[in-house]
Amino acid sequence: MEVKTMAQLAAEGKSPEILFWVGCAGSFDARAIKVTKAFVKILNTAKIDFAILGNEERCTGDPARRAGNEFLFQMSAMMNIETLKNYTFKRIVTTCPHCFNTFKNEYPALGGEFKIMHHSQYLEELIKTGKIRITPDGTIKGKKITYHDSCYIGRGNDIYEAPRSVLLELNTDIIEMKRCKSDGLCCGAGGAQMFKEDEPGDKRINTERAEEALATKADIVAANCPFCITMIEDGIKEKNAQDKVTVLDLAELIAAGLD
Amino acid sequence: MLPQIIFALVTFVAFWYAYKQYNRIWKNIHLGKEIKVTGDKSQRWKNVVLIALGQKKMFKKWIPGLFHFFIYSAFIITQIELVEIFVDGFLGTHRPFAAIFGGLYTFAISLIEVLSLLAFVATLIFLSRRNLLKIPRFHKPEMKGWPKLDGNIILYLELALVIGIFMMNGADTVLQSRGVEHYTQTGSFAVTSWLGPALFGGLSDGALMFVERTGWWMHFLVVLGFLNYLPISKHLHVFLAFPNVFYGRLTPKGEIDNMDEVTTEVKIMLGLEEPDPNADMSDLPEFGAKDIFDLTELNLLNAYTCTECGRCTEACPANITGKKLSPRKIMMDVRDRMELVGKNITDNKTDCIAAAKKTDGVVLSKENYDDGKSLFDSITKEELFACTTCNACVEACPVSISPLDIIVQLRRYDLLTNSAGPSDWMPMFNAIENAGAVWQLSTDRDAWTKD
Repeated sequence: MEVKTMAQLAAEGKSPEILFWVGCAGSFDARAIKVTKAFVKILNTAKIDFAILGNEERCTGDPARRAGNEFLFQMSAMMNIETLKNYTFKRIVTTCPHCFNTFKNEYPALGGEFKIMHHSQYLEELIKTGKIRITPDGTIKGKKITYHDSCYIGRGNDIYEAPRSVLLELNTDIIEMKRCKSDGLCCGAGGAQMFKEDEPGDKRINTERAEEALATKADIVAANCPFCITMIEDGIKEKNAQDKVTVLDLAELIAAGLD
Repeated sequence: MLPQIIFALVTFVAFWYAYKQYNRIWKNIHLGKEIKVTGDKSQRWKNVVLIALGQKKMFKKWIPGLFHFFIYSAFIITQIELVEIFVDGFLGTHRPFAAIFGGLYTFAISLIEVLSLLAFVATLIFLSRRNLLKIPRFHKPEMKGWPKLDGNIILYLELALVIGIFMMNGADTVLQSRGVEHYTQTGSFAVTSWLGPALFGGLSDGALMFVERTGWWMHFLVVLGFLNYLPISKHLHVFLAFPNVFYGRLTPKGEIDNMDEVTTEVKIMLGLEEPDPNADMSDLPEFGAKDIFDLTELNLLNAYTCTECGRCTEACPANITGKKLSPRKIMMDVRDRMELVGKNITDNKTDCIAAAKKTDGVVLSKENYDDGKSLFDSITKEELFACTTCNACVEACPVSISPLDIIVQLRRYDLLTNSAGPSDWMPMFNAIENAGAVWQLSTDRDAWTKD
């Protein structure tokens, strides 16, 4: 698929409305790339003028900061801020809650003030403004969905309703897990846990969360974060339930139901 | 005259000792780094009203929330009766407010009695929840020994307080009905109007007077005992919840504070700023927190405010899945360390003065403190690095404590000052530094657009 970079547009003397911040997972992880492509499909359908940074994009530094490596975080953050200062755009939209959180809450202290939206909010906006219309297709219609709140969209930034309102567009019921919204259980990846082995314990956090998701008897676990998707998919595979239950990002669900 | 002298003496000693104790708490909190209070003041007051006064978060678990509310409101409203106890104690009067306030007095004392009865039931339920029911958060490893006893002592004291009130009001009611001189007519109280005659109706006037005085003194002495017990127990939250909620952070939970002391360094490294030629490079700076002195006053206030309820630990994904991390234990460890350091400084234990700063006549202080120990002696790396920064503990705390803020600062010390941390993270750090991504890959960042 063709996606313009900011540098290409700048060379043509143009500046887009939306800068799509893809993130490391969205750029490199095979599973997350599917989400990235689904989101691009939505942007194209809605005829949104957007571009990506391409090779100029760097890790926002989120896992480094949470690990405690503040030098590395600030280095990466400042390089991103410097890059972004070269370009003009109205807003940044990202499919990663961790990127969203660092941009929204942590870059301002380093001089990076940007308007940032997570795609769950942006999808809600596209639906409300009528830029996209959804007719749930056969794969989603009549299926039961449970929604996993990622920590950095949920508790971290108190966004609970936007993703749910997007899901309601799919004309299905949301069955809440035992722990949801502000009491939602982490998938186990945050705080840079994604990049290390667990400390000794009784079980893995993603197993616990997958069990909760399976207990709802939902057919689909909807998520909004590439790391949550990896973790919950792993947990579901561990329970040998991958044939019955699919883990999908909001963008994938919406892209599948586009008119 | 003698009872008044004894009363005044006991009051004076109790308040003098309490002053010393609360002063210790005040000083210990100030061992931390000063905080700047920023943000919307009106939001802070709103939080005090909703979270501290209104106990908003307690009702997330509505059963203990409701019973706690009974004890809490009884505690607050009973202060009215306490004021009268002081007046009577100092002046040798007997219930002078009854004549002054009339029906309002009867109503106020009745309200106290109803709430006290509810608090009595709630306390019995709490005692059985703690000791008979197997509620996991009360039986974690950090709750063995003193913390368990501490929780029970408070509940027994509460029972004693309430029993004292019912003894004095109950006997008083019967004495009033017999028209005994000195026992002012107060109108009929909601609980003791029937409980008093039922319990004490058969006693002689002399025995009733004894019961009334015993209840009165018991209530008063337990109040003074409470005042002096709080500063050595987990129960300081009855006072500290209010400032703790007021000073609590207003920023989104997802935000981790910027380390401004690192920003200039990084700017110089990236060529965004020129180094200051006059900068003092003699002292290698330490980053993050190793001991209580490196934490903020707010972190330390948090530690004293914690009442060890364990809602944080119960919500912690690491703890749920059997890891060693317990956010409550982090708060307890910080408090215990603060108590120890504070005591050493008060006692001027000169062997705790850092060797390099030891000169004749120098006094132990936070500036020269070094007993060879730190928070890392009680908080292990296994605990620290199990945290997913998910904020479940912060969300769960009914009084706005953040164990996460402390965990991040300790991680920073281990990573930046010790250059340690889990070795698993090295490839990720290297990848971010060299490749600008969390994984070191040979593909382009926009390779996905090309297939």
